[in-house]
Amino acid sequence: MIEIDWYLALSAVLFTIGLIGVLIRRNAIVIFMCVELMLNAVNLTLISFSSYHGDVTGQILVFFSLAVAAAEAVIGLAIILAIFRNNISVDITKVNLLRW
Amino acid sequence: MDTFIFIFLAVLTIGSGLGMVLNKNTVNSALFLVLNMVSIAGIYLLLQAQFLALIQILVYAGAIMVLFLFVIMLLNLDDEKSLFNKMRAKYVFAFFLGVITLSLILYSLEGVADLLPEISPEMETAGTVEALGDVLYTDYLFAFEMTAILLTAAVVGALMIAQYKKSNNGASE
Repeated sequence: MIEIDWYLALSAVLFTIGLIGVLIRRNAIVIFMCVELMLNAVNLTLISFSSYHGDVTGQILVFFSLAVAAAEAVIGLAIILAIFRNNISVDITKVNLLRW
Repeated sequence: MDTFIFIFLAVLTIGSGLGMVLNKNTVNSALFLVLNMVSIAGIYLLLQAQFLALIQILVYAGAIMVLFLFVIMLLNLDDEKSLFNKMRAKYVFAFFLGVITLSLILYSLEGVADLLPEISPEMETAGTVEALGDVLYTDYLFAFEMTAILLTAAVVGALMIAQYKKSNNGASE
């Protein structure tokens, strides 16, 4: 049996990769995918705790977070599409309408 | 045996995550993310969460990634010329922030295994469809119905945001 620490460490590494990706990339879609990666890392933490406790509640929470992630992906991609249509770019450094 | 599978899946997960972040081509990034999702589903299987492993593949690697690929191909993006061109300070800052976050999380993990009880015999059955359905449709029924409303609202909202308004465009020209 693998110690739970390894699952949690893997999740931490995945979260960090996602975080660095959000910070360094400029393509809005890739940033969005990095956010999905971070969500997955948190789901992994929830499932490993839930499994090691033998308690199903954590997995229910992951189920709801999957539904929220799906909703978020749909809305986010629609926003990216709308920005691309108006601004002809998915480069977030060029989307600065609200900058003062 | 479990350990070898875990190491294999962990290397695959981290490698594909890095591949996603460091790839210049957006389509390749999305395909790396699919690989990442599938290997995370494998890790869920190791954790005896069969139902969520299946849902992970169906919803994430299936539906969400198809949506991503559809949008990427719809936008017809070119490759980025270079990931690291100007503003090097930004990348150094991002890297250090990542290292700090990682070390903070790993530091807080110290001794977390001691807080948990011994592996309970229920672990084998906690992740099955029966166990999840039992709880989901009794204790969390209201939240489940709210999820349905949330998804409907998301679809309607996405249609509103993304639809092409011909009349507006004509007026502005």
